[in-house]
Amino acid sequence: MTDSQKFDLIVIGGGPGGYVGAIRASQLGQKVAVIEKENLGGVCLNWGCIPTKALLRAAELKNNISHLSEFGIEIEGSVNINLEKVVARSRQVAERLSGGVSHLMKKHKVTVIKGVAKINKKISGGWQIAVEGERKSTVEATNIMLATGARARQIPSMEADGDKIVTYRDAMVPKTMPKSLMVVGSGAIGIEFASFYNDMGVDVTIVEAMDRILNVEDREISDLAHKSFEKRGIKIHTSAKLEAITKSKNDVTATITIAGKQQKITSDRVIMAVGIIGNTENIGLEKIGVKTEKGHIVTNGFGATNVAGIFAIGDVTGPPWLAHKASHEAIICVEAMTNQSDVHPIAENSVPGCTYCRPQIASIGLTEDNAKAEGYEIKVGRFPLLANGKAIAMGEDEGLVKTIFCSKTGALLGAHLIGAEVTEMIQGYAIARTLETTEAELMHTIFPHPTISEAMHESVLDAFDRAIHF
Amino acid sequence: MAIDILMPALSPTMTEGILSKWLVKQGDEVRSGDVIAEIETDKATMEVEAIEDGVLAKIIVNEGTEGVAVNSVIAVLAEDGENISEVSDTPTDSNIKEDVKKDVSMPANDSKPANESKKASDDSALKNEIPATNQTPTDASSTTQASKDINDTNPQKDRVFATPLARRLAAQDGIDLAQVNGTGPHGRIIERDILSIIESGDNVKSADRALSADTQKVPQQIGSSNEGRFVPHTAMRRTIASRLQFSKQTAPHFYLTVECSIDRLLENRAQLNEMAPEGVKISVNDMIIRASAMALQKRPDVNGWFEEDGCRYFDTADICMAVAVKGGLITPVIRSVEKLGLAELSQITKDLASRAREGKLKPEEYTGGGFTISNLGMFGIKEFAAVINPPQSAILAIGAGEQRAIVKDGELAVATMMNVTLSADHRIVDGALGAEWLQLFKGFVENPVTMLI
Repeated sequence: MTDSQKFDLIVIGGGPGGYVGAIRASQLGQKVAVIEKENLGGVCLNWGCIPTKALLRAAELKNNISHLSEFGIEIEGSVNINLEKVVARSRQVAERLSGGVSHLMKKHKVTVIKGVAKINKKISGGWQIAVEGERKSTVEATNIMLATGARARQIPSMEADGDKIVTYRDAMVPKTMPKSLMVVGSGAIGIEFASFYNDMGVDVTIVEAMDRILNVEDREISDLAHKSFEKRGIKIHTSAKLEAITKSKNDVTATITIAGKQQKITSDRVIMAVGIIGNTENIGLEKIGVKTEKGHIVTNGFGATNVAGIFAIGDVTGPPWLAHKASHEAIICVEAMTNQSDVHPIAENSVPGCTYCRPQIASIGLTEDNAKAEGYEIKVGRFPLLANGKAIAMGEDEGLVKTIFCSKTGALLGAHLIGAEVTEMIQGYAIARTLETTEAELMHTIFPHPTISEAMHESVLDAFDRAIHF
Repeated sequence: MAIDILMPALSPTMTEGILSKWLVKQGDEVRSGDVIAEIETDKATMEVEAIEDGVLAKIIVNEGTEGVAVNSVIAVLAEDGENISEVSDTPTDSNIKEDVKKDVSMPANDSKPANESKKASDDSALKNEIPATNQTPTDASSTTQASKDINDTNPQKDRVFATPLARRLAAQDGIDLAQVNGTGPHGRIIERDILSIIESGDNVKSADRALSADTQKVPQQIGSSNEGRFVPHTAMRRTIASRLQFSKQTAPHFYLTVECSIDRLLENRAQLNEMAPEGVKISVNDMIIRASAMALQKRPDVNGWFEEDGCRYFDTADICMAVAVKGGLITPVIRSVEKLGLAELSQITKDLASRAREGKLKPEEYTGGGFTISNLGMFGIKEFAAVINPPQSAILAIGAGEQRAIVKDGELAVATMMNVTLSADHRIVDGALGAEWLQLFKGFVENPVTMLI
């Protein structure tokens, strides 16, 4: 192929990792192309973070309406959900943002190639990639960055059918509301759907194999979330082993075992949210010998795989499966690839995680259990939102800000928040961690009054027995 | 025009001192070069000379005053013919009322020279102190002036940038931040920089301490007729100084020199290069690195570190090569040399050397390694003894390859010879072991085919 286009860098996958890396590479003077098989923005923007936030906002508004009378606002008539419109708005939001990414690609002179990419072979000074799109073509690049993302893990014999057993993708575009719903798996994805459907009036049951929900979060936060969900009427089964799912004409029956006792749960629909697996297949990795492990590509801290010239970032390289981690990794990868100075691997304990259920959950760094397991002597601060003026005024006084410090150095090892707006607040602790503050700087920081963020300050003070308002 | 006489610095790290004595009185005539005052720190005393002819119009800092900040105005000189009273009544830009000045120059909490690592906090302490101790309601303008003056006398260039956590870790471990290379944004010292020093063992830390103590002990000669050109230490210079001083002071070096015939090596190299793919040019140095790796594989007890509680040995031949760079040298590491083919090795050394010279190495590319090679052959150096790169066990110094008359089979002959000297740390490598290693090395160099196996 003599007419095959040549690039310095080809990014396979236009999600939040891929397109961000492409822009950074272009800023660094590279000739860049992104190959995307569907829509720019990837799962995050089209089928994940963004459209679910639109759904959850609808749920939040509905929940707020049910509390209006507490604020002295009375409305007459019924509150009805137009599911079609709820879903349509969520899709519009995703489309608008995907269009925004196309514009960014143009602005940064990144070539966007629509199609499915497969690495063909090594050529002198780089790689050849075959693209199957509207027509077949080949392109060449010095370096390749794999940003192919991940998809929902399927359990054999319980595969999603898009109707009664669904994964996140179908769960966010429901045509009808089920009366009852079982959510298998209680990571961020499962919990957000449980929260959404429950707010929309569905009878929700969560089934979790581990001994607690949201098991990557701090145990105390998991427990608080558990209580809060149960109060809302969500049924939760932990340490529950899913044995089988049988479909009948109108519903689905799951057999679960808890502490040796079997029970059956029947619901209209099941959402399977049992984990994520990297998209490592059909991109030609086997042929060129790129090493994978447990469904993910193995990379070093700079995104380099075991094959020179092949890089990988984001979900396809493993957990945590977070858009912001993918974006950051992509930037590090591109900067390392182009020999920029001051490039360092991502600091694992400085990646914040957010779950947008009600109440929201946000965290960064080590949990209390992990900090202890790593041998730290720690000081733990806690401040409940029920002692925070703004939270009370908002009618959102449920929640906790927990901070964990190293007793010896005063390093902020972790922070774990549950409550209103905590997903917007966690960045404060993220900055603190990046700037390597100790408790002293956090104590000296003036937090504005009245805000929920004051609880962040008080939690730090509490860790050193200096809390003022509790 | 009035001339400000400033508090001089006795050392680059000095921030303040004691004005112990005035040797002239207000109104005295002074000539350039006259000794007019004595200042001291806890380490040294120094004379202050007049830099111009004139009349000492005003003494601003009285004798016996402690904690006088470097570069603050201690007196004002009126030039010949200038009206003294005018001078003393019209303060120059940074000349301020005596009482304020004096108080400002004497923070109560610290009369000793500030330790580098404490400096930033001391600065802020100093600033905080002004309103608390000196401000009188009627004297607001002087206070403003004083604050400005303090900013001016604490130049940013001496400031050490470090994160709060790094500062605390350094303080807890007694590490002098001024000696630490920062790898954070804009060279800021961050947690990992301190942790890597702590992890590398107490030795480095105490070496750094020894260095900082020693540099202050260096006799000051500022008053002499030729002051020379003073170049403040760069971070690299400090690192080289502390590491090599540490090495030479603590590691009992011994030296073994051997002559290697390299005619065959040169021949093989030429053949290899003829066959090598385009862009690959294997150097003698590459082959020496390869030979060292092979010898290290055969004698892994030379491939190690001496640590306080034991010796650490490595399975892979991670070899550092000394690269001269602007303002110093750096030793990038080639990892697992034993696994690399000569072409690959050559490309790696070329890349590391060129990026070393551009200052673009990543920290992990110049840390670690079990053995170092230093080559000064290109300068025609016949042989030399290198200083061990701590905590490594040995360093190999390569001299120039040159034609020499040798005796072969009882007859004079010409051969290309190269002297190499192994400097070894006797705490981990004994004489016989070093000799055995060198013999192996010589074997590989003289019969390069054997190192391709």
